[in-house]
Amino acid sequence: MRLQHWIVAGLMLAAGSAAGAADITGAGATFPYPIYAKWADAYKKATGVGLNYQSIGSGGGIKQITAKTVAFGASDAPLKGEDLEKNGLLQFPAIMGGVVPVYNVKGLKPGELKLSGALLGDIFLGKVKTWNDAAIARLNPGVSLPNQAISVVHRSDGSGTTFLYSNYLSKANAEWKSSVGEGTAVKWPTGVGGKGNEGVANYVARIDGSIGYVEYAFAKQNKLAFAQMMNKDGKLVAPSDDSFKAAAAGADWSSAAGMGVILTDQAGARSWPITGASFILLHKVQDKPEIAREVLRFFDWAFQSGAKMADDLDYVPMPDKVVQQIRAAWKAQIRDATGKPIY
Amino acid sequence: MEAVQDSRRIRSAPWQETAFEWLTRGFAFLVFCILAAILVSLVIGGQATLAKYGFSFIWSSEWNPVTQEFGALVPIFGTLVTSAVALLIGVPVSFGIALFLTEISPAWLKRPLGTAIELLAAIPSIIYGMWGLFVFAPIFQAHVQPALVRSLGGLPGIGALFEGPPIGIGMLTAGLILSIMVIPFITAVMRDVFELVPPMLKESAYGLGATTWEVVWHVVLPYTKVGVIGGIMLGLGRALGETMAVTFVIGNAHQLAASLMAPGNSIASALANEFTEAVGEVYFSALIELGLILFLITTLVLALSKVLLLSLAGREGRRT
Repeated sequence: MRLQHWIVAGLMLAAGSAAGAADITGAGATFPYPIYAKWADAYKKATGVGLNYQSIGSGGGIKQITAKTVAFGASDAPLKGEDLEKNGLLQFPAIMGGVVPVYNVKGLKPGELKLSGALLGDIFLGKVKTWNDAAIARLNPGVSLPNQAISVVHRSDGSGTTFLYSNYLSKANAEWKSSVGEGTAVKWPTGVGGKGNEGVANYVARIDGSIGYVEYAFAKQNKLAFAQMMNKDGKLVAPSDDSFKAAAAGADWSSAAGMGVILTDQAGARSWPITGASFILLHKVQDKPEIAREVLRFFDWAFQSGAKMADDLDYVPMPDKVVQQIRAAWKAQIRDATGKPIY
Repeated sequence: MEAVQDSRRIRSAPWQETAFEWLTRGFAFLVFCILAAILVSLVIGGQATLAKYGFSFIWSSEWNPVTQEFGALVPIFGTLVTSAVALLIGVPVSFGIALFLTEISPAWLKRPLGTAIELLAAIPSIIYGMWGLFVFAPIFQAHVQPALVRSLGGLPGIGALFEGPPIGIGMLTAGLILSIMVIPFITAVMRDVFELVPPMLKESAYGLGATTWEVVWHVVLPYTKVGVIGGIMLGLGRALGETMAVTFVIGNAHQLAASLMAPGNSIASALANEFTEAVGEVYFSALIELGLILFLITTLVLALSKVLLLSLAGREGRRT
């Protein structure tokens, strides 16, 4: 571990000297990278303060913020309360998005395939092997399903997308929960692995009879065929900004430590079942309050004026009610070394 | 005047000489230092898994980030199998190209062909990976794999190597791409050493009525075998450590399958894929230890080739 800290510190030194002194540094999750980059760009134009965000992965983000080499860390999977406590970190959600199953089956039109979480779990467990399996036919009456082997495509790299997806499958499929479980990387029982969303998308496009999962923004921009899902209320929903928002609306954000609510399998007739937030991590006690103030100013600005940009990139901005909660947490918990609140 | 200058030069020589000597010695020892530093940091980084699993890490096929249980068998297997496929195809083809270039090719074709091979070696590996995924894999999936399954899949024994649905990516594809990548390296070395054979030896053999093949087999190859094996080892070294191209086409699945058509994983591509999100001490350390294993495999290959060369040289001594 120490070795890794050295590497990380070296990298950050190199990165830090490249960016200006006034810039904010952050590192972590890859899932929200496009929107953070867009916000950073607009923020720089508006205020002159730059943000240097490195999408090195949630694991790296957590390590770097723990080692205090960056001003903030970012993670797709929320940290547990005790981990936050141990490292003196404050956690808040910054942006939301959805994960969608995508497929490539000859004769099946985009959006035509209907799936449930239990069935999706069985497919990814390798138990449902062909497209004309009775379990798929039952959910898709009137659709002609080919007698073709299902090729499962998953992520080969650790990813917040995989975390949301495996978290949902664990909730919807008991066997998945007991034999595979959830995590940014899991032991896939079957299938091939693609690197990044683009890797999965490419394999799905390449392999006839395949099914995979990618971020919604990615599926939409690349015009991949995505499936409808049956949600917790037993209603069929298509992925869209509205169904992601519906999933977020019902959540009780104060129910988990550090607002670490996982939005998968939420109740609500219009809720998309594989929705999730990406989180920001900050030290509660700040040695360098002026930098922390810049970080908070940035996210303050992003919550206020960044919603349109998030919509454009098919992310879901945090609802106002939640933003108020986040601001209250900033006020109450982030302090400088003398105990004075920063925000 | 001249005598004075000369004596000055002689007087001034020693310290420069010594300094130069120490400088070069320093550079040479730097190699050892770097090698040792890498080895030490890999061992330290892999401490958590070394302590937890010991040697069983090598033959366990488990790779479960959720339960934090790790074993290196699948990536080791994938690395060795893809490299073996690469050499199985790459060596004969390289031999043929080198042979053609030095013995058969008309003079006007030698230059362009030689340059083309050197260019092939200069292409970055990610280009091979992208080409493999976007161009080669679809063609392979549509035309070659079904034929392989039909013709070889039913045979006893080797049939098991060609089973399963043709998906275009997998160990065989990775091996094939690797073979294309190692061909220029092996060819370049082979061609260079073939050209070193004294013309007199070859011409003597031709004069005795030997065919081209006989000259190559009995004169050129024995004369150049050290260089040829060196070239093959260079190719093997590249195949073992190749990362991006393999990551693109191997399928990146931690599964142990007998079939070459099935997706697998190699050490280098597992590292490339999983480092960013390796959360937890054991996971991170398992990846470092994979790096250590790759390091050891490469060292072992190098050592084996040295032993092979020594034993060849030894036999030579007895024969003459």
